[in-house]
Amino acid sequence: MSEQGQKESMFSAKNIKLLTDPIGKNNPITVQVLGICSALAVTAKLEPAIVMSISVMFVLGAGNVIISLLRNTIPQRIRIIVQLVVIAALVILVDQVLKAYAYDVSKQLSVFVGLIITNCIIMGRFEAFSMANKPWPSFLDGIGNSIGYGFILVIVAFFRELFGSGTILGWEVFKTIGLYEIGYVNNGFMILPPMALITVGIIIWVQRSRNPELIKD
Amino acid sequence: MNTNSNTYIFIYASVMVIIIAAVLSTAATLLKDKQLQNVKNEKMQAILASANIESTPETAETLYNMYIVEEWLINPTGEVTDLYKAGAFEKGSGRAFYLNLKTELYKKTKDEDFQSPLFVCKVEGETYYIIPLLGKGLWGPVWGNVALKEDFNTIKGVVFDHKGETPGLGAEIIYPIFTDPFVGKTIFDKDGTFTSIKVVKGGAIKLPTDQQIHGVDAISGGTITSNSVNDMLFDCLENYVPYIKSNK
Repeated sequence: MSEQGQKESMFSAKNIKLLTDPIGKNNPITVQVLGICSALAVTAKLEPAIVMSISVMFVLGAGNVIISLLRNTIPQRIRIIVQLVVIAALVILVDQVLKAYAYDVSKQLSVFVGLIITNCIIMGRFEAFSMANKPWPSFLDGIGNSIGYGFILVIVAFFRELFGSGTILGWEVFKTIGLYEIGYVNNGFMILPPMALITVGIIIWVQRSRNPELIKD
Repeated sequence: MNTNSNTYIFIYASVMVIIIAAVLSTAATLLKDKQLQNVKNEKMQAILASANIESTPETAETLYNMYIVEEWLINPTGEVTDLYKAGAFEKGSGRAFYLNLKTELYKKTKDEDFQSPLFVCKVEGETYYIIPLLGKGLWGPVWGNVALKEDFNTIKGVVFDHKGETPGLGAEIIYPIFTDPFVGKTIFDKDGTFTSIKVVKGGAIKLPTDQQIHGVDAISGGTITSNSVNDMLFDCLENYVPYIKSNK
C-alpha cells in the first residue's frame, strides 16, 4: 500500500466501477444491446451458456490486455484489422485447448466458439476502452463486461431450459416435483430463438423500470 | 515514430501476422496428439455404446480391444473382403475402424466400387454386429452406430451424434428419448424385404399396425434432422443387405 501515493490502487473505487458497471447499469446486452446473436444461439440449454461465458471471459480479458499493451504502437489506419487478428487468434487458441482438454464441452459449443470472433462486445470494448487505457483497467473492464454478458446469458438459458425442457443442467426438475402428472407440458416455443429475444426483452423491461437513469426521453 | 507511414504499417502487419502464425501453429502442433486421441476415443465409445457397453474416454481403448473382436469390410456384392481379428489381418489389409465412411458413401453415389465397415462385438456370450452410419443433417453431418443382434435384423441399440444441430431441437437425437425406441425394432419385414427404420413425424403410431415395428417417433421441431436420420439409416443399412441375404 506504500505505492498508493504515486500510483492508483489496484482496486480503487474507479477500478471497481469498471468491473461492476457492465454487470448492471451499463450491461453489454441489455443496455448497449451488443452480442445479441450469441445470446439467442447458445441459451437453449444452461451448460453451453456457461461455457460460452467463460470462453468470452478469457478472450475479452486477455484481448483487452494485449490491445492495451499494444495501444501506442497500433497504426490508426489498420487498428480494426489488428483487433480482429488478436480476437481471432485468441478464439482459435480457446477452441484448440477445448478440443484437447474439454472435448465434450467443445463439441456442445461446436460453431459458437468460432463465432466469438464476431461478437460485437469484444470489438466494442477494444475500440472503446483498451485502445485508450492501461492494461490493468482494461483487464477489469474486459472481465466486467464478460461477467455482464455471461450473467444475462445464464438468466436467459435458465428460464429457457426450465420451461422449454423442464430441466436445469440436464437435471429433470419438473419431473421430480411431479408437474407432468398434473398435466403440465413443456413449452416447445421456449427453445426456439424468438423466445430468447423475448426473454432478453423482459429482462431489459425489468431493469429499466427499476433504474430510471436508463430511460431516455 | 510515425505510426501512420506506409512502411510502418506494412512492417507492423507482417510482424504481427508472423508472430500469430507461429503461436497458433505451435499450439496446434502441441495439442494435435491429444485431440486425435480424443477423436479416436470418442469413436470407440460410440461403437461400444451402441451395444450398451458403457465406457469413459480413459477406458475406451481397453474395452474396445476386449469386446470388439473382429472388424470387417464388405463389398457391394456382399463379400467380406477384409477381416481384422485380434491385432492381425486374416484377409485383405483394411481396418473398418480407419475406413473413411464419407469417401466410401461418395463412391457409392458415383457408382464406383466401395466398402462398408462392420464391427463384430462379443459380450457375455452374445454376438452383435455394429454398423456405422453417416448422413447429412440440417447444419452439418449426422452420424451414429447401429448394433444388430445375431439375426442381423433386430436392433440391440443405437447411438447418434451430430456436428451442429440446433440444441433442444435436432440435437435431441443423441438422447435416450429418441434412441431408446429403436431397441427391438427390425429392419426386415416378415417376408424378408428390407424396410430400414422409419423416423415418423407424429409418431410410429401413425404407421399401419404391421409396420410399427419398423418405425420410431421423430422429434417435434427437429423435422429436418429427423428426416436426415431416416435417410441415413436407409442409405447405410441397405449396403449390408446383399451380405445379410447371402448369409441367412
